[in-house]
Amino acid sequence: MITKAHSSEYPADTLLSVENLTLRFRGQSNDVVDDVSLRVRRGEVLCVVGESGCGKSVTAMALMGLLPVGSTRISSGLLKIEGESLCLVDTVVPATLRGNRIAMIFQEPMTSLNPSFTIGNQIAEAVLQHRGGSKAAARERSLEMLARVGIASPEKRLSEYPHQLSGGMRQRVMIAMALANDPQILIADEPTTALDVTIQAQILNLIRDLRDETGMGTIMITHDLGVVAEIADTVAVMYGGQVVEQGPAADIFADPQHPYTIGLMSSMPRLDRPGERLSIVPGTVPTVAAMPKGCRFRTRCAFANEICGTRPSLCDVTPLHSVACHHAPLEAHIEVAV
Amino acid sequence: MIDLTTDPVLTAKPESRVWKKFRSHRSALLGGILVAFFVLIAIAAPVLPIPDPFATDWGAVRQAPSWAHWMGTDEIGRDVMSRMIWGAQASLLAGVVSVGIAVAFGVPLGLVAGYFGGWTDAVISRCTEALLAAPFLILAIALAAFLGPSLTNAMIAIGISATPIFIRLTRGQVISVKSEDYVDSARAIGLPTRQILSRYILPNVLPPILVQATLTIATAIIAEASLSFLGLGQQPPEPSWGSMLNTAKNFLNQAPWMALWPGISIFLVVLGFNLLGDGLRDALDPREH
Repeated sequence: MITKAHSSEYPADTLLSVENLTLRFRGQSNDVVDDVSLRVRRGEVLCVVGESGCGKSVTAMALMGLLPVGSTRISSGLLKIEGESLCLVDTVVPATLRGNRIAMIFQEPMTSLNPSFTIGNQIAEAVLQHRGGSKAAARERSLEMLARVGIASPEKRLSEYPHQLSGGMRQRVMIAMALANDPQILIADEPTTALDVTIQAQILNLIRDLRDETGMGTIMITHDLGVVAEIADTVAVMYGGQVVEQGPAADIFADPQHPYTIGLMSSMPRLDRPGERLSIVPGTVPTVAAMPKGCRFRTRCAFANEICGTRPSLCDVTPLHSVACHHAPLEAHIEVAV
Repeated sequence: MIDLTTDPVLTAKPESRVWKKFRSHRSALLGGILVAFFVLIAIAAPVLPIPDPFATDWGAVRQAPSWAHWMGTDEIGRDVMSRMIWGAQASLLAGVVSVGIAVAFGVPLGLVAGYFGGWTDAVISRCTEALLAAPFLILAIALAAFLGPSLTNAMIAIGISATPIFIRLTRGQVISVKSEDYVDSARAIGLPTRQILSRYILPNVLPPILVQATLTIATAIIAEASLSFLGLGQQPPEPSWGSMLNTAKNFLNQAPWMALWPGISIFLVVLGFNLLGDGLRDALDPREH
């Protein structure tokens, strides 16, 4: 039974939600992010998954108010943080929110720290900005944070420059800096992509531990399904600037409904099915200008037919799991061997 | 096994690495020594055991170098060496102050233009281009003539003429630095624009500006000498290399030393600043780290 998803539902432990975010860049005829709604609850890790160019990072940047003001047009979007609402249309996300209640870490730890100042100086700067207080107190807090993100001999590291640290260490510093003001929400934009696999696992563990300690909500942007399987509670799959499927991670992995999600899943090698050929999703994401009308995935979809010329809305397949596909649930609609 | 935490190369602060590279650069060191020499004599001029640069001696007009006057005397019997040493003050002062003016105006304007872009950038950049359309020296001469002949006005004129170079350089650097991840991350921390500009942008655009400033001091010294030569800079009887050359040109056959010493001085100090600037550029070049 398919029912319409109720975006008005608002569980009490929701930390952050964004509703109907739509934006485009100046000079483009199509929306880069189209009617995206996301929700993160306390202690939850939401993974936003999708190929390059599907609007994941732009969505995150919009939440942080980091998109260039002059060249971005946000046509709709409502940001709620613990019930407080902020209409994103024509507003600048206040700097008091950034780094204080929402923090962000970036993909490239190698270049995300200011090369001209020491680690301690930079963490203290973030603390002083939002909490004020004395320099000594800020230094104390920086030390505490460095120790908390698992950096050995934090005293010594405090007075070092970014170029003296390894990539994994820098990402830890970034996390320390982001969490120095106890934000309720951490947005992590591919935090492990630039790191090697062992460090990746360490960083994911760290984020999970900190989540457990503080109860912060996390929005993790990634294209790596391994990361998703490792850490996600809920997943939102994005394609062409739209959320095409969202639900609990377990459901999405066990029963992917959108042809794109299925494609992503089967392009990932799996230990439990050795020897199986990997399939690929044919083609690439169309450019913003060439985005097809109706279902944006139809140019690459094996199941596409004339009904896909109209835009599918996000509908529930189970109470928590929703998908934007005319053919969902696939089993009921199309009798093919997948 | 090498202990990476104590490895001197890895743990060196960036400044000390730069200093090390600079020291190993021979010509830069020579430049530094030349500049230091002239700075030293300019500062020490009042205490050096040299004759009064204004004292005329009608019994010793246009004398060739001798024990009494190491670099000879000029057309009214003043000691050339003394005037050359005092002239160094005017030249260096003009170089440093005018570049100071250019940096003080050019860097903030370039920061604003590069960081904010849009119409702010359009206005600043068009004005910069208009100023750059006039050749540096011609512009300086025109401004100095407009302001009236004096060393102060010459410095202002040279400073204004050199400003567009710094606006343009800073703007370009800012545009490349502002797209760095650490600037995004500073914004994500919620730092105000003022702080991002002063702590995240400015320190990271400073090295090329420092190099340009050093090289521009050399240009400014030549400009000051040119203005003084034309009578638009330091006014006689105050000693200045440019005005010394101006009088000396009338006596090139009879008293070549009058032109030789200020000429050599200008040559050496300009060479010094250029070598120093080149050395700084190599030492600060991030690609060679």
